[in-house]
Amino acid sequence: MPVISADGLHKIFGRRPQRGVDALRAGATRDQLREEGLTAAVIDASFDVEPGEIFVVMGLSGSGKSTLIRMVNGLLPATAGSLEIGGQDLFSMSAKQERQVRRERISMVFQHFALLPHRTVGENAAYGLEISGVGRSEREEKARTALEMVGLTGWGGYPPSALSGGMQQRVGLARALAAGTDILLMDEAFSALDPLIRRDMQDQLVDLQQRLEKTILFITHDLNEAMRLGDRIAMMRDGRIVQVGTSEEILNEPANDYVARFIQDVDRSRVLTAGAILEKPAEVLGAAQGPRTAHKLMRETQNPWLVVLNRDQTPAGVLWEDDVADAVSAGRDELPWSDVHEMPVVREDAPIAELFAPSARHRSPLVVVDEEGHFAGVVPRVTLLTAAGVHQEETSPGSVAAPPPPDGSGQTHRAPDHDVTTTGEEGR
Amino acid sequence: MNPDESLVPAIPIGDWVQSFIDWLTENVSWLFDLIKAVFSFLVENLTFGLTAIAPVALIVICVLLAWVLRSWKFALGTAVMFLLVLSMGQWVHMMETTALVLVATVIAVVIAIPLGVLAARSRTVSAIVRPILDFMQTMPAFVYLIPAVTMFSIGVVPGMVATIIFALPPGVRMTELGIRQVDTETVEAGEAFGATPWQILRGIQLPLAVPTIMAGVNQVIMLALSMGVIAGMIGAPGLGKEVVEAISSLDLPLGVEAGLSVVFLAVFLDRLTAALGAPSQYPGSLVALVRRRRRKRAAADG
Repeated sequence: MPVISADGLHKIFGRRPQRGVDALRAGATRDQLREEGLTAAVIDASFDVEPGEIFVVMGLSGSGKSTLIRMVNGLLPATAGSLEIGGQDLFSMSAKQERQVRRERISMVFQHFALLPHRTVGENAAYGLEISGVGRSEREEKARTALEMVGLTGWGGYPPSALSGGMQQRVGLARALAAGTDILLMDEAFSALDPLIRRDMQDQLVDLQQRLEKTILFITHDLNEAMRLGDRIAMMRDGRIVQVGTSEEILNEPANDYVARFIQDVDRSRVLTAGAILEKPAEVLGAAQGPRTAHKLMRETQNPWLVVLNRDQTPAGVLWEDDVADAVSAGRDELPWSDVHEMPVVREDAPIAELFAPSARHRSPLVVVDEEGHFAGVVPRVTLLTAAGVHQEETSPGSVAAPPPPDGSGQTHRAPDHDVTTTGEEGR
Repeated sequence: MNPDESLVPAIPIGDWVQSFIDWLTENVSWLFDLIKAVFSFLVENLTFGLTAIAPVALIVICVLLAWVLRSWKFALGTAVMFLLVLSMGQWVHMMETTALVLVATVIAVVIAIPLGVLAARSRTVSAIVRPILDFMQTMPAFVYLIPAVTMFSIGVVPGMVATIIFALPPGVRMTELGIRQVDTETVEAGEAFGATPWQILRGIQLPLAVPTIMAGVNQVIMLALSMGVIAGMIGAPGLGKEVVEAISSLDLPLGVEAGLSVVFLAVFLDRLTAALGAPSQYPGSLVALVRRRRRKRAAADG
């Protein structure tokens, strides 16, 4: 069951906002609403966040993401729609019940830290517990543990102003962790930090999430951050969620031009994995087969290589056409393993940034295996270069150099200057 | 007084107010009697207490206070100023004025801060309170004295009532401003962790608004002092009465001495409350020294 479940959330600011919801449902645009003095901050947002997931809401400023996150813990009541936290409808609760949900289930980390300057770091970290009425010694103990988790051991007695920005946000994180809630809302939590510290904090968050299994709703305007952190990403624009998917889905199948334009700047080589760009070869050869079968398959697939699999689906090696031709003409029965070419094997979850070196060293396509070592597909060099580089051409609408339709064979061994751009998806 | 009486009819607003005040004095005199009893009890006892202490002892206390809260320089200045007042023979008068100002300030602050909090939380309250405050502040201070005298007769009580009305507005305004100025994200943090409105007010808004509220209290004290002197005209004892006497007899020496004493009292109260509102700006104060030492020890303990 999802931990957070939003259905048709609307938030409209202005006088008598309900009429804005009706107008939107009747097909009015956001600009038409603005003429009536209404601001539609969030329009018809629906999504589910599963337990233990990092769900990123990504959008530029003014896209409504901050409003959205404030509806999730009820800081802003929705104009229309429903929101369930662990199956309980938040908007039908009394103010008291809502506060109880915030104390027990949801904590929040803020963009500008929102620490209390008149309290020490330790007292700040214990704030959530103090609100809930936890006794002094217990909350001090929990606050100390939380500060330890974020790497601030020994800073409890200092005022927040004595800490750097990155450290202050660690206090903000510790405050949220100490509260012991299972849901963490993070509102542009790392946006005010400089890039190096931001990277650190991202790594630390992922690490903490894996240890503590929190459900995290993370808001950001930085797509690279979204891709690094998010198990799933919701792209927001003008108050609407335009696409929800994993980072790979969004990179490879942008739902519309807006998303496509957005992802142009992403460093794809860090986000895409071998698994996302691999191709299933049209044919593979069982290790028990002979050179004649290999020769036949190679002629059919028009490839100079052929992957050979063991009975348990692990890759046995790659055959090359010269060797196979020799073996056939010599009438031998064993498969002619090459003594020049080795078989480069990579894991499915390796980012493609790590594939360039092995790909450059070997003539053979990279053989991709899954976690158990079973054969998953191949990444020919051309596919790799294409995936890393020429994506803009593919996604920009009405591109002059539109690629010819793929032939469906899944084979890519063509001249590199030729069209190979769509093979990434095609192979999946 | 109206040259165009045929065009614009004379509206007797002044008369209406007169009859309203008359009605008040006739019908709710028990309330005025109560206020009068409470106020005069407070002021008279405080005056008695302040004058019962030997002047030199009180000066030492003030000097220490100045050092604890601000700096040794201010302490030195305080010593010089108050000894001068003593030597000019205005000490008792100054204590009378101090008592009036302190009681009026405390009452004004007790009314002003809750009102400011309400105004900060509700637009409606703010919209109602603001024009009333404008009225209270811009009405010439002397005008308050007239109804005050009709209601409370002459003496210290009407002076105090006029002083409270006159000094109240900055307290309300600055409290409202201070609370509204608190960073919205910080207030949201309180809400997000499930704090009740009261917990947010107590734990976040008021503490963060303290510097602004204290600036307001400082203003209240200054206005109370200026009005407390004017109240001398209706018989409130203290430096104001001396000034009025000096005017009526054209006694320049007395005027200068009483006037200087007012200035010294004003400087002392102003600097002291300013330091109270923003302790971090005065690293030379004893409070700051102690706090630094304690923090160092806490840091060493880890």
